[in-house]
Amino acid sequence: MGEIIDINGPIVTVRLERVRNGDQVKIGRIGLVGEVIGLDGDRAVVQVYESTEGARPGEAAESLGHPLSVELGPGLMGNIFDGVQRPLPELLKISGDQIGRGIEVPSLNRETSWRFEADSSLSMGDRLTGGAVIGTVQETEIIKHHILVPPDISGEIVEHGASGEYTVDDVIARVKSDDGHIHDLRLFHRWPVRTPRPYEGRNHAAVPLITGQRVLDTFFPILKGGKGAVPGPFGAGKTMVQQQIARWANADIVIYVGCGERGNELVDILESFPELTDPHTGRSLMERTLLVANTSNMPVVAREASIYVGVTIAEYYRDQGYDVVMVADSTSRWAEALREVSGRLGQMPVEEGYPAYLASRLSAFYERAGRVETLRGNLGSVTLIGAVSPPGGDFSEPVTSHTKEIVPTFWALSKELADARHYPAVDWLDSFSGYVDTAAHWWSREVDPTWAARRAQALAVLSQADDLSRIVNLVGPEALSPTQRWVLEGAALIKEGVLQQSAIDEVDSYASPRKQFLLLDIALCIYDEGHKLIELGVPVEQISRLPSMARFRRLKSVYTSEQADDIDAFNRQVKKDIDELRVEYGAPREAEA
Amino acid sequence: MREKEFRMAAAARGALLYMKGVRGVALGDRVVVRDQSGRRRSGQVIRTSNEVVLVQVFEGTEGLDLDQTWAGFLEKPFELSLSPEILGRVFSGTGAPRDDRPPIISTLKRNVNGAPVNPAARTYPKEFIQTGISTIDGLNSLVRGQKLPIFSGSGLPHNRLAAQIVRQAKLLSQEADFSVVFAAMGVSYTDARFFEEEFESSGVLRNVVMFINLADDPPMERLLLPRAALTAAEYLAYELDQHVLVVLTDMTNYAEALREVATAKGDVPARKGYPGYLYSDLAELYERAGRIHERHGSITMMPVLSMPSDDITHPIPDLTGYITEGQIVLSRELQSQGIYPPVNVPPSLSRLMKDGIGADFTREDHPRVAAQLYAAYARSLEARNLASIIGAEELSERDRRYLEFAEGFEKRFVGQGEDEDRSIIETLEIAWELLSGLPPEALNRVTEEDLQKYHQWGRARDPEETATAGDAGVNGD
Ligand SMILES: Nc1ncnc2c1ncn2[C@@H]1O[C@H](COP(=O)(O)OP(=O)(O)OP(=O)(O)O)[C@@H](O)[C@H]1O
Ligand SMILES: [Mg+2]
Repeated sequence: MGEIIDINGPIVTVRLERVRNGDQVKIGRIGLVGEVIGLDGDRAVVQVYESTEGARPGEAAESLGHPLSVELGPGLMGNIFDGVQRPLPELLKISGDQIGRGIEVPSLNRETSWRFEADSSLSMGDRLTGGAVIGTVQETEIIKHHILVPPDISGEIVEHGASGEYTVDDVIARVKSDDGHIHDLRLFHRWPVRTPRPYEGRNHAAVPLITGQRVLDTFFPILKGGKGAVPGPFGAGKTMVQQQIARWANADIVIYVGCGERGNELVDILESFPELTDPHTGRSLMERTLLVANTSNMPVVAREASIYVGVTIAEYYRDQGYDVVMVADSTSRWAEALREVSGRLGQMPVEEGYPAYLASRLSAFYERAGRVETLRGNLGSVTLIGAVSPPGGDFSEPVTSHTKEIVPTFWALSKELADARHYPAVDWLDSFSGYVDTAAHWWSREVDPTWAARRAQALAVLSQADDLSRIVNLVGPEALSPTQRWVLEGAALIKEGVLQQSAIDEVDSYASPRKQFLLLDIALCIYDEGHKLIELGVPVEQISRLPSMARFRRLKSVYTSEQADDIDAFNRQVKKDIDELRVEYGAPREAEA
Repeated sequence: MREKEFRMAAAARGALLYMKGVRGVALGDRVVVRDQSGRRRSGQVIRTSNEVVLVQVFEGTEGLDLDQTWAGFLEKPFELSLSPEILGRVFSGTGAPRDDRPPIISTLKRNVNGAPVNPAARTYPKEFIQTGISTIDGLNSLVRGQKLPIFSGSGLPHNRLAAQIVRQAKLLSQEADFSVVFAAMGVSYTDARFFEEEFESSGVLRNVVMFINLADDPPMERLLLPRAALTAAEYLAYELDQHVLVVLTDMTNYAEALREVATAKGDVPARKGYPGYLYSDLAELYERAGRIHERHGSITMMPVLSMPSDDITHPIPDLTGYITEGQIVLSRELQSQGIYPPVNVPPSLSRLMKDGIGADFTREDHPRVAAQLYAAYARSLEARNLASIIGAEELSERDRRYLEFAEGFEKRFVGQGEDEDRSIIETLEIAWELLSGLPPEALNRVTEEDLQKYHQWGRARDPEETATAGDAGVNGD
């Protein structure tokens, strides 16, 4: 037993012997929990996950003897946890609308019983190593939960239970390790959140993660197991991008971490996801989703912990062989929590008050993404996508600039686009993806061999148009040749008909890869044909006025992904319109030419 | 309750008092500081150890003779006494009466800091509130339980706008169980008086609780004031089942008070001298808005803040925008053209609009009309920019139409009377009237059905325009 010496906001100094850095500590009459972040003789500096109001010097402090860990087992899916994995619905029952302090609740429900199907190939005396599967539990209709031997345990089976109903606490098997120690295996195990879970090796044969968002998938793709960031000023659409990914991505599991953001955004998911069906499985989205919520008004230290809690759970499902996507909104709030703690510790700030270790912490976090061969030999992946909230929308600030160095996919959101309600407000010049070549293989194989060329052409038109607009803004549109004016029209067509995609448009909220490609292809067909017409002397205005031009802009909201054939049929209509103009200007019909 | 007085003040700096040798004091506890003349000031423990206790004194430490300063530790945090009697009353930031009437006596007392709402306890806010103001209802709708700030600047009519919203919000006038919590931090006497008169003349005064800290009142009290006000709001909403509208003005003064204490404490500054925790601190306040499961009342919040040098990237508006569910931004330029309310449309946003409008709440075309107005206005501003370079005469036919659209939009849609209470249908009608000046093929945010139903192309007001439109030979529908 030790005692509290000093209380400075969430940072409490205690006198406590034999405690290790990282260990959890319980302090005071209220029973607040925190973790040791510094040691000096018999004094330990503790960051506390809950508000320290009302705590007094002299009150007791005790070490819990282990670092912050999560409980990994059935009951995670569909649940919502706080930043240190306390189940929020349970807290609601215990302390009402407002979160009480010093409440101990197990992360996984101890009463629920699960149907465990033992792996029938296992028998007494078999050798099990960490990560091996001892059986399964159908966690939700679509998620089969593989019960794993904890990564740090291996040995010989000395006892194993039959299939049947078990609670997470029941022992279902025992293994004897080489040192003779007998380990009880349950439906769940614990793992410290700041230690990445081990795997056999990295695997590089990756495929794109399909999010159903054209500007992401077609222009700046991310891979399963990849790392991406969504920076942008307030209101630019970071949360919407992440929610769209959570909704539509072709991942097996989605972990949504609300880190220092709004309570209502989590409620939005909690209320809407159970009603939405996953386009890939036809089941309710909530069956594959897990939420970690440390909203902006919840204590700042637990915010720092929340993304580690999220990523550890992500790794756990990866280890079962799933493709997991974790979105973190927002990594800036996590970095600010780091800053707050380091500031209270009197550590030397380097830039904008952030500690020197900001960059290394950030990259260590993103390093937990990846597609891996698991300990049991199958493949799984964790894709990490973090929102970044730069103060004043300034991308040169520390968190944005460090993140930019780390992630291969960078979806830069622009205030100008958002102000014009061009959503998703992904800026085509500032954004980038280092995964285009890998994605191109997939697109070429699965959708169309010209994908990479079409994508590159569209980006070229957009950037050419940006240059031309600058000229127009200096000297007016008269300075442009008809061909140049057509470039502007072509870019407008791509922006309105392809890039813009409203999350609240039921028809267009999700676009299949085929729909994505067809829209892009039509925009570019019109663009290419237009150039030919202009050479024949057709005025730009006349082409722009073709009814099919206006219809194309609305096409995305008319046909769903299932109606891709109708989109293709529209292509023929456009060709006919253009052909008529061509004939009018004295050229032979396309067919005759 | 044990109350011991100590006379061990070791140092005083700004609003901070360092007490020595007081053991076992709890963080956040309320302190009464008594000086040589017997004057009492209130304070709060913000750091504590057995050696030194740091007390933040709301009235400041000026004039304290440390040798003759006593501090009484009240062994409890700052609390507000609550009863239905608070309605119609005026309090200071610490919850003391300011209206010469007796203090509230009640056994119900709440810690003004509140506690974080469990996200699982919240209900998503969805009910449309008609404010009668087109730029809000039509483009940035407010819903019950939303936090929607007004970003303003000195000399802009944010107070008049806030007062008009309070007056017209249908949430308030059609239901008996409503109330207003008005929290003023560092405002001028004139501004405070303006609101009081507004409440009086619109007959809501008995449903208003006011917490007032004027420009010449102790600045540190501003840190406590919104917490006390929100504690009152939570009581009204969740215990008396009322729909509460909270007006917090001016958040800039609040943030400045916070910076002052932070600097005195030596906290590491993030931007412009504001402490790194300004975001979390503001969030603790703003997130107290909302709706809760199985509670009948709601807290809708309208913080007002002035942007220093009209700079929206300044930490105060910036961090507010990162927390609130949108913002209404006022523009000096529109103000100088005599347009009221001078709402700067492009940077304004309501995030909760998408679920609170449409067929079930307003009208089916509403979401698309809003997106279309935004897109068309953005395009118009480009045309206006171009006109300023090459002259309006040089503009293309299409750009000239956009230019006209911008004019009409600002004068007729944005601009309205201070007493003009437009229904959402009126707002949408004005919108379509303006959109009818643009050719249908330029309007791709609305559907073909919307165009058929509401668009008046070719039936425009000005016969001459109709002729040119015909000449252009456009037909997109
Ligand atoms: N793809 C989209 N489709 C339709 N609307 C969108 C889209 N993206 C953003 N929006 C609109 O923009 C608003 C703000 O988006 P969002 O909340 O995602 O911003 P943000 O970048 O997360 O802001 P903050 O940093 O303040 O959290 C949304 O409420 C919505 O109205
Ligand atoms: Mg967001």
